[in-house]
Amino acid sequence: MSAATFIPPAARADARRLQLDAEGNLRHFLTIDGLDRALLTEILDRAEGFLGVARQAVKKVPLCRGKIIANLFFENSTRTRTTFELAAKRLSADVLNLNIGASATAKGETLLDTLRNLEAMHVDMFVVRHADSGAAQFIAEHAAPRISVINAGDGRHAHPTQGMLDMFTIRQHKGGFADLTVAIVGDLLHSRVARSQLAALHTLGTREVRIIAPRTLIPARAAEVFGVRVFHDLDAGIADADVIIMLRLQRERMDGAFLPSEHEYFHLFGLTERRLFMAKPDVIVMHPGPINRGVEMDSQVADGARSVILEQVSNGLAVRMAVMSMCIGTQNLALAAATPPGAGHA
Amino acid sequence: MPERCISIRGGRLIDPGNAVDSRTDLHLADGRVLAIGAAPAGFAPKRVIDATGLVVCPGLIDLCARLREPGLEHKATIASESAAAAAAGITTLCCPPDTDPIIDTPAVAQLIRRTAQIRGLARVLPAGALTKGLAGEQISEMAALKQAGCPVVSNADRPIRNARVLRRALEYAATFGLTSLLHPADADLSEGGLVHEGLVSTRLGLPGIPEAAETVAVARNLALAEQTEARIHFRGLSTARATAMLAEARARGVQVSADVSAHQLILCEHDLADFRANAHVSPPLRTAADRAALRAAVASGEITAICSDHQPHEPDAKLDPFPQTQPGISALETLLSLVLSLVDDGVLGLPAALACLTSHPAEILGRGLPATAERMPDCSLGHLHVGAIADCCLFDPAARWQVSPARLRSRGHNTPFLGAELTGQVRYTLLAGRIVFEADPEHHR
Repeated sequence: MSAATFIPPAARADARRLQLDAEGNLRHFLTIDGLDRALLTEILDRAEGFLGVARQAVKKVPLCRGKIIANLFFENSTRTRTTFELAAKRLSADVLNLNIGASATAKGETLLDTLRNLEAMHVDMFVVRHADSGAAQFIAEHAAPRISVINAGDGRHAHPTQGMLDMFTIRQHKGGFADLTVAIVGDLLHSRVARSQLAALHTLGTREVRIIAPRTLIPARAAEVFGVRVFHDLDAGIADADVIIMLRLQRERMDGAFLPSEHEYFHLFGLTERRLFMAKPDVIVMHPGPINRGVEMDSQVADGARSVILEQVSNGLAVRMAVMSMCIGTQNLALAAATPPGAGHA
Repeated sequence: MPERCISIRGGRLIDPGNAVDSRTDLHLADGRVLAIGAAPAGFAPKRVIDATGLVVCPGLIDLCARLREPGLEHKATIASESAAAAAAGITTLCCPPDTDPIIDTPAVAQLIRRTAQIRGLARVLPAGALTKGLAGEQISEMAALKQAGCPVVSNADRPIRNARVLRRALEYAATFGLTSLLHPADADLSEGGLVHEGLVSTRLGLPGIPEAAETVAVARNLALAEQTEARIHFRGLSTARATAMLAEARARGVQVSADVSAHQLILCEHDLADFRANAHVSPPLRTAADRAALRAAVASGEITAICSDHQPHEPDAKLDPFPQTQPGISALETLLSLVLSLVDDGVLGLPAALACLTSHPAEILGRGLPATAERMPDCSLGHLHVGAIADCCLFDPAARWQVSPARLRSRGHNTPFLGAELTGQVRYTLLAGRIVFEADPEHHR
């Protein structure tokens, strides 16, 4: 008794197909899930090249000159928005910052109405942060084909630029992924960052990925979905780890019967100098920020020699420049293809 | 002189409730079946329908279809959806009480029935509210609702958190011979959930609805039904474990029946990928193993009825990021084809499949139907014996068609089957001996 599937493939909203053009170039950056290793490596390599830009006297490259990039933040985030803004400016783009949460949707305007209005301003790229999983993909599906969409975090689904900047930081310190043991600790259930990291670590061929949390914070069938080992004991989970990624714990998890108290959470899953001895001596400790000191980790670790948390922030800029310039590059290819040779001289 | 004399000739008559499956003629007069086989002497039909190559069966009965009127006419109306029902071979629809205003007073029930009667395209039977305002606090005036034409009572998909209230509601309904239709979903376990908690919820980062949201509610409802000896019917099971609990309870003699929505037998959680709003339904699409168990339960007769769970929406309801979209599928017009696909898949034979759409749902409704009062259909609903009400569906079991907005008569085009090629096309629908739908001959190919 096999069930025939009636859904025509063309009717499937397939993120994989949506974010690449026919030649496999990046059109949108919505999720890491489904992208291949070559493309992820291209993003990392390109970001490597942009690292130097920050050290130049003139901190700008003209890759996105004449383009308009709009930051559409339906959820507040000063830090992420600022790095995207800076990345766009270093690529010589014009930047629009729209704090949508406070304006249009509060007045009852639908998301599509907001989108149409911005399209009318001939924006070339949307950087989208939204509280709903799938929002960036929805915008990519409905925006005019000439517009690229970068997901800056959608619900619990994905935060692909954060995932890639974490990979960039790991590669910087460890050279590659094939021999690594990476442990991710904390609220995996609600974390879009973790989902993007897990997809990237898997695609880049990481030897072993572990997730560590109480069962209330581990999503259903995580081992199967992400190809990871699940631990409920921090010491066992970080034993001999090369990389430890601590996730942010939202305060409201205490109210939803996920955890009894911050105190018990820190006691069991908080990273301290003493516990760090379980890991490899050259382990690096990462955190997407902002840190709750004394909840996810103590200050000694956060500010200690193994912490690369501030490097993650600087790397974020280079990775975001890489992704934005790649998407704009794909747009330019499409424009060139649409313009017949010699048309400019007519 | 008898009126509305019609002969339907040369079709394959499948009347599952009477165990009939034969090539024969059907003669109708005065809205009822006059004769089967040879026409009575002197019978002069006004119309002869050539049913060669067609299956002739009782008009389909759908236990759960939202028509959106009153209250949500921007989505659909009784007029638009009863026209869609007629085109889908459905002659009787039971609509849940979550209209606005809610069907918790005789006036609303009568309004719906009269509006449908004026259109005359389908028989609409409103399900009465089990509790006032569906708030789950006070039981409704069920005797009056039954008098006003509600054959069953239900709390739609709103929770009754208080088990004591539910117990009293079931007892009170049973006093009047009303079956309670229950959507089994524990309110707290499903709160905030959007999709089945499992592979897809984890991959897409969508809040999950665990299997236990259904099984906890099924267990509670079965315990109450057993204690009160009230008759309950589970609307829209979605999990393998719930079907096992159902079978076990039935074996113990609990008065319980169950149905399943057609899409649950066809789709599973993977059809959501990635964020397909048209596959956003409640209860959610579950695993392939759940789907296999639901199919097996239909095959074994533990689940007796298949519903459309029709929920037409305006386009805007699905034009948002997935979590903001409204759940539900516009499903009347794919119901028959999806059920026929189960026959193709070898799940069950054609007569047994049609029983899930005719005599079985009729039995669930029939207990609450007053015998012959005020032109209400009698217990012959869903059957085609001599003297039975002449609701008929004539369909070509081999004709293929493509689901497209242009082909759908429902106001709602929100179906995950858009673009799909389905098998089985309705040619004629008769409601009490009147032709209420006749397919455009251009579509006969």
